[in-house]
Amino acid sequence: MSSVIVDIKNLHREFKMGEETVKALNGVSFTISKGEFVTIMGSSGSGKTTLLNILGCLDKPTSGTYLLDGTDVSKLSKTQLAGYRNKKLGFVFQSYNLLARTSALENVELPLMYNKDFSARERKVKALKALDAVSLSKRIHHLPNQLSGGQQQRVAIARALVNDPVMILADEATGNLDSRTSYEIMMLVQELNDVQGKTIVFVTHEPDIASFSKRTITLKDGKIIRDAVNINVQSAKAVLASLPPIDEEITNTVT
Amino acid sequence: MRIVNLLRLALRAIKRNKMRAFLTMLGIIIGVAAVIAMVAIGQGSKQSIQSQLSGMGSNMIVIRPNSNIQGGARLDNTTVQTLTEPDVTALERDPQYITAVSPQVSSRGQVINGPNNWTTNIQGVSPDFLKIRSWPLQEGMNFTDQDIKTAAKVCLAGQTVVSNLFPDGSDPLGKMIRFKNIPFKIIGVLSKKGENTFGQDQDDVILAPVTTVQKRILATIYYQTIFASALDEKSTDKAVDEITSVLRASHKLPQGTDDDFTVRSQAELISTFTATSQILTILLAVIAGISLIVGGIGIMNIMYVSVTERTKEIGLRMSIGARGIDILMQFLVEAVLISVTGGLIGVAFGIAATKLVTIFLHWPTLITQSSVILSFMVCFITGVFFGYYPALKASKLDPIEALRYE
Repeated sequence: MSSVIVDIKNLHREFKMGEETVKALNGVSFTISKGEFVTIMGSSGSGKTTLLNILGCLDKPTSGTYLLDGTDVSKLSKTQLAGYRNKKLGFVFQSYNLLARTSALENVELPLMYNKDFSARERKVKALKALDAVSLSKRIHHLPNQLSGGQQQRVAIARALVNDPVMILADEATGNLDSRTSYEIMMLVQELNDVQGKTIVFVTHEPDIASFSKRTITLKDGKIIRDAVNINVQSAKAVLASLPPIDEEITNTVT
Repeated sequence: MRIVNLLRLALRAIKRNKMRAFLTMLGIIIGVAAVIAMVAIGQGSKQSIQSQLSGMGSNMIVIRPNSNIQGGARLDNTTVQTLTEPDVTALERDPQYITAVSPQVSSRGQVINGPNNWTTNIQGVSPDFLKIRSWPLQEGMNFTDQDIKTAAKVCLAGQTVVSNLFPDGSDPLGKMIRFKNIPFKIIGVLSKKGENTFGQDQDDVILAPVTTVQKRILATIYYQTIFASALDEKSTDKAVDEITSVLRASHKLPQGTDDDFTVRSQAELISTFTATSQILTILLAVIAGISLIVGGIGIMNIMYVSVTERTKEIGLRMSIGARGIDILMQFLVEAVLISVTGGLIGVAFGIAATKLVTIFLHWPTLITQSSVILSFMVCFITGVFFGYYPALKASKLDPIEALRYE
């Protein structure tokens, strides 16, 4: 199998709003290879959320093809798509979407619960490994409301990692966080990309965040207006280090 | 998702809203408890009605000689002589649906005790007669088969006879009385039975061994009537058939000829009894149904709330790979768990309530295993039925919409 994870050709997505037909995506084509870190940018209404929904197998295109890891997913049934989401993809949302009153460990185990191949013990082992990867090994039994925003987003990232997806999709994953915590999350994402070779697609409207990725696709009115490799990729770690020192409490949550 | 995980998930969801889950269960609890208690009370009164009806002799079968035509004259059936000792022996030989058989002959006459006398009926019967009529002795003892063999001059006196022959209230036991100048020793006194439905005083009777009355009073070898008792109300018809075939064989009647006897059961009593218990059963089933429907609607309502409340969770679960069926099962298991837990508690409450009714109100009650199992099953079905629609709604949600739901 080639190293192409996503192969999108001439993708269209139309919504019927009463009489009008809104073209959210109007002929989008691109490929994403294994190990890439792509940000999808665009102002609201540019179609980036629609694209992300299709990339995430939550929505189907009106026309065009979408090959995910070699399979045309635009023709699959709802149930088959659910299976693909479960095995091939990891989601990170803006509002974390952790299950309330459920421990970090159990939140991370959740995707594996919907996969019959894993026993309870395997689930726990994998979940602990994923939590370790986001440096939260010490807080596995904490509930979401006992964690800071940044920590909650780390749990969400661990949840996205636990099923060894071919691609992690993040939707404004830093949108609810202050800039320092955002950089911490970006540092983690960069590390996952560089060290573990995870393919990451990051939707954002902040150019600041996009500068940490290796490639940026910019959408406008349902079309790609720019698809460029970032020459000057910033290191989130370096940016963090350059920030003025902060008080103890936040430092504690970082490490 | 595996069933263990589904159960754990449902349990946690219920735990999160303990009060709400309890209130939802309350509908089921009250429903099931009511059903159990109602059925127990119903069954109890049914049983007591049944035993009362049996006391009236609802399983009694009466065999009489047929009225017959001899020389063109239709004769009264008491003068027709077809039933004899071999008939009774044949009936007692290998009974299937008959529990007791007693012949009967009777004679009317004056009974005398010193200065007191009374006109009454003496009936010659076998010891089984009291069992067939469900007629216990008040004091003394029944006569025995030995008394039948020896045609002993002993008797059991009815209450009316006792009060007329012993107006001073002295103990009649062991006293000698005379019937048509034959002395009888009173060995037992019958309990009060009162009037029958036709206003006949059933206590105005003297019971004596059948042979004594046959030989010493009537000088006959025939019986006027044979009484038999069926196993229970339901097998009365079968018992009637059995008696008919046994007696036809005993009388050596060729096929195609009419019976020279008639067999009658208490059909009217039985049909009344059947109708009563049927109405009772239907009534209880209706009450059970209504209460469980009300409980079920409660479950449906709360499951709807739960689905709406957890729309975002459903969206998340779907986005990480939950299929529609997984979501459906999640909510269905939750609904069933609520109803079944409620059912269990309801069963416990129902049994407790039944015991209280028995202790404090002294009503007869009977908790049957089937009523417990049935109401529990109905709970399960209620959970599935009323949980299915909200669960289906949850499973049909669009993950994109659900994730965006606030």
